[in-house]
Formats: sequence, structure tokens, C-alpha cells
Amino acid sequence: MKVPKEVMKDIYLRMLRIREFESKAQTLFADGKIPGFVHLYLGEEAVATGVCACLGDEDYITSTHRGHGHIVAKGGDLKFMMAELFGKATGYCKGKGGSMHIADRDKGILGANGIVGAGHNIAVGAGLSAQLRETDQVCVCFFGDASTNQGTFHESLNLASIWKLPIVFVCENNNYGISMSQARHQAIKDVADRGAAYGIPGIVVDGNDVLAVYEAASEAVARARKGQGPTLVECKTYRWRGHFEGDPGNYKPKKEQEEWLKKDPIPRFEAFLKENAILSDKEIAACGQQVMDEIQEAIRFAEESPDPDVASVVQDIYSDIVEEVRVR
Amino acid sequence: MKKMSYAEAIREGMSIRMRENPNVVLFGEDVGAFGGCFGVSAGMFDEFGEKRVRDTPISEGVIIGTAVGSAATGIRPIAELMFCDFLTVGMDQLVNQAAKMRYMFGGKISMPMVVRLPNGAGVSAAAQHSQSLEAWITHVPGLKVIYPSTPQDALGLMLSAIDDDNPVMFLEHKAMYSMKGDVESFEPIPIGKGDIKREGNDVTVIATGKMVHEALAAAKQLEADGVSVEVLDPRSLYPLDKALIAQSLKKTHKAVIVTEENRRGGYGGEISAIIAEEMFDLLDAPVVRIGALDSPIPFAPILEQVCIPNATDILSAIRSLT
Repeated sequence: MKVPKEVMKDIYLRMLRIREFESKAQTLFADGKIPGFVHLYLGEEAVATGVCACLGDEDYITSTHRGHGHIVAKGGDLKFMMAELFGKATGYCKGKGGSMHIADRDKGILGANGIVGAGHNIAVGAGLSAQLRETDQVCVCFFGDASTNQGTFHESLNLASIWKLPIVFVCENNNYGISMSQARHQAIKDVADRGAAYGIPGIVVDGNDVLAVYEAASEAVARARKGQGPTLVECKTYRWRGHFEGDPGNYKPKKEQEEWLKKDPIPRFEAFLKENAILSDKEIAACGQQVMDEIQEAIRFAEESPDPDVASVVQDIYSDIVEEVRVR
Repeated sequence: MKKMSYAEAIREGMSIRMRENPNVVLFGEDVGAFGGCFGVSAGMFDEFGEKRVRDTPISEGVIIGTAVGSAATGIRPIAELMFCDFLTVGMDQLVNQAAKMRYMFGGKISMPMVVRLPNGAGVSAAAQHSQSLEAWITHVPGLKVIYPSTPQDALGLMLSAIDDDNPVMFLEHKAMYSMKGDVESFEPIPIGKGDIKREGNDVTVIATGKMVHEALAAAKQLEADGVSVEVLDPRSLYPLDKALIAQSLKKTHKAVIVTEENRRGGYGGEISAIIAEEMFDLLDAPVVRIGALDSPIPFAPILEQVCIPNATDILSAIRSLT
């Protein structure tokens, strides 16, 4: 598959952005600057970027609790993301959502989601909406291997299949559902096999090879746009960190971790870019600097932003009702 | 003026908006050519076609989830659950997704969806097809809850439910579908406005759904005894027309609350608490709360009838107050 240089550079930049955003989020969380929970996408960057490179702003995605990578890849604003992680008024959700609920309607991001398996159903709704309005929009539904044990996965694949909805179901098989390895949580090796049960093509791809992901996603997106229905694309990857920050990860074999660290998708893509003279060393260094600056700017924006006004606690529950607020 | 059944009025409400707006669609189990389990959507498949009146598989979770995803992206879906009881299967999609998305996303997304919920007992459908789940849904911030008791209210409130940019739970009492009534207006009835179904001076009976008719029957019987009963139907459980309740209690100073839910933890208790907290000075007697027994709904008609409240229970309660 011929991928234009500009697209490759853009993919590379987005991978770097996710890596840098997540690395900084890790530190900021450890330093107590980010409250709540964070679930990091480190090690899985090739999946979100490879898939989202096939989409436009008008296309939809549904995401998961591990959503930062999807949102960055789909073009989410780093400043608003970081401010939301800090719980600031300027954040994507005005400080009401946090890490697990970032959404951006203008970019087609229908929200990260705190409920494992919830995005599948929402994606069916977005796919139906595109079909009813007769647009050529596609919805990509990102989810992990463990969510395919939820009923929602099966209901959604079934309905998307019979209605031929423009959806690409992208399974990020990172080998773990919290602490439970895939071998323990399901009796199959390839989630893609589950597509056959619903008459949906199931494809397995190396989720740490961004161009392989891009190629598989491009075909699936094209099928969806042509009205040929959904595809299940399983990307084999690995969750570097624990389920959430603070999880010691003591259930992950050391050797397994070391092997996957060697398969880091970013140096792998860099090597490809250099070998094929797509980007020079100098250009690669410049990309790195650009992304570092963007993330620093995002952190500065978040730190300098005001806290939400406490009166806002009861706003935006309804479009037309403001509930009673507590007076202290 | 037109005579219409409760089912026809709901259908007419949906059809009016579907004729006006191509983005209003109906989906659910057997709502298509079959016309819905209770016949509410009969004929809509022929009028609007299979694209907009869609049969879904028996998958309640994805029915509500599909409403959420389509409402967030420009559609105004009406999702029918065959029985309100089946909400249990789609509770995540309703409670964690539909109700919270606007808030979680900082107000940047709209959720104009209606979920139709055939509620209540009285047809020997037993414990899994007869519940009244008002308390579960009124408890959730982000949802609006409507419960019409007449064809007129059903039509007007359906129009408002479809027009609303928030998730609206539309409770329909399944034993009232064939009940006929006059329909004079084809205009929306605002959500949050209650209605006095009968004026009276001695006691206010606040009743919802089918209990409105039981309250009216009790009121009629008491008229002969010289007791004047006001019957107030809130129509919207949330938002609740507290002003109308206060206005009525200013006159009667006595309140009987009748809902078909089992009493423990029911929404009737919430109305009672609101009266106690905000209208205590208006009361001459403690609030009386009538509901179903704290039991699953039984099958045998004789058991079912004793389980759910009726006009006799309301009559006794009023007599105890007057």
C-alpha cells in the first residue's frame, strides 16, 4: 500500500504526541497533580494512530477508559485534554468528566467511557445515524480484548451486521483485562474469530506495526463507506503499564514485558522512516521537539487554568433545568 | 375533537413528529410490520417504511445504546422496550450513558431520545412483566420521566418528549392501551406541568398512571357522602409540578399519594417527603401513601388484584382523613 509522505509524517507525530502525553500524565499523576484514576495507553500507540489516520473529523469514534491515545490520534486538543485531567474549568468537560470521559463532538469523539463494553452499543447508534442521514461517515469502535466478554459486544456486532452499519470494530488486544490475561479470560486466541459468529470479517493485524494497522483499517473503513457493513479488526499489542497508575502489575511475567518492550512501535516506525528516506534524522529530531513543546504548552495551560466555579456543579445535567446547589 | 385510545394517541404523537422530521425514528422489538407487542405502532411501518420503523433483535441493551449513539449524532430516536421490566437488561446504557453524557462531557452533547416503557400490572403478566419502575428512573439525574394517564396527555406529552433535548422516559400503562378518551388538542403539553383531573375541596389525591382512574372512581363514590376530592395528576414525575401540589394543598390541607409501585422506596415516598419538607405548614394531617404491596407482582388475577392498589384502598384512606 502506497502511503504518502505527509500522511506518514502525520502518523509519526501523532504517535509521538500520545507517547509524550502519556509519559507526562504518568509523572503528573505520581506527583499528585492529577486526581482520580488514569489508564495509560503507553505501548499501544500504533493502533489508535494507524486507525485514525484513515478517518476525517466528520467520522466518529467511541473510546474506552484507556482513551487518551484515541483522542490524541483523532485530533483532540492537547491543552483541553490536559486541563480536563487536572479538573480545570477550561478542560474538555469543564472538569466534570476527567480522564475517562473526554469527548469532542466537533472531532467526532463520542467519549472515552468508564464502563467496559459500553462503546460498542454507542457505536451502533452512531453507525445507524450515519446510515439514516445518508452520509458516508464511519464510526470506529475501539475496545479491549476483555470487553469482548461483555454482552454488549455480541449484541452490537449482531445488530451492526444485520443492519450493515458503517462501523469498524477495532479490538486492541493488549493481553489483559485489568489483571486477567487473555489466556485466562477467554478460551480463544484471536478475538477476530468472533466476527464469524456474526457474519463479519475478522482480521488479525500486528498492532505494533502502524502501517499494517493503517492498511487493515483503510480496507475496513472503505468497506464501511461503501455500505458493505462492519469489519472486526484485531490489533495484537501490549499494555506496558498496569491497568491504572498505581497498579503494581505483579501479575505480568517479567519476560513477557521485556519481549514486548523490544517491540516498541515508535522506534520501529522511525527505523522504517529512515530506511526508506521518508524522514531524515534531522526531521525526526524536529518532530520530537515539536511534540515536547506542544505537551509543555498543554501542561502550562492546565496549570494556569482556573478551577471550575462551584456553582457549575448542577449545570449541564439537563439542557433546560439547573438543579438546586448546596450553599455552604 | 376526536375519540382515541391511549395506544392510538401515543401512535399519533409519534407519527406527527415523524411526518415533520425525517430524523425522528422508532425502533424496538417487533415494532415494525407486527405493530408492536401491544399494537402501539400498528400501521407505522406502512406509513414510514422499514428504514424509520425498525425491528431490532431481542437485545434491550443495544436498543437503548443505539438510541444513545444516534441521539448524540443528530437523530431523535424513539426506542420501545416491550416491557418496562426489560430496563434491567439495558440499565447501563440508560443510567451510565444516556443520563450522564451531557454532564460528563461538560454540556457539549445533546441526548434527544425517548424510551417508551410499558409499565404496570393488571394483565396477569406476573412478576417480570408487570412492575412499576418509576423510582428507579426518577432517581437518576439527567433523565426526565413522564407518565400520562389519558389519551390527550399521552399525545401532547409524546410531542414534548420527542422535542426535548434530554433523555425522556415515557411510561405507558399497559392496561390502559385500549382506554378511549377525548383528544381536543394536537399541541405539545409541556413536561413538568401537572393537571387537576377533578376539582375538590376536602382532600387532594395525587395519583399517577392508571391510579388516576382509581382515584377518580373513589372520588365519585365519595361525592355521595359529601366528601369533595381533588385528583391531581402530576403527569411528569420529573420534573415535578410542585407548585400545583402546593396550590391544591392550600385549599384541601390533606394529601393522599397513590402510585402503583410497591411502596418501599417508591417515588410516592419522594412526593411525600417533598410535601413534608416544603409544604408542612399547609397540612392538617399526615400524608397518606398508597402503593402496591411490597411483593413481586403475582400471576393469579385474585392475587394480582390484592397486590396492587385500587379505588377501595383510596376510598378508605380518604375516609380516614375526613
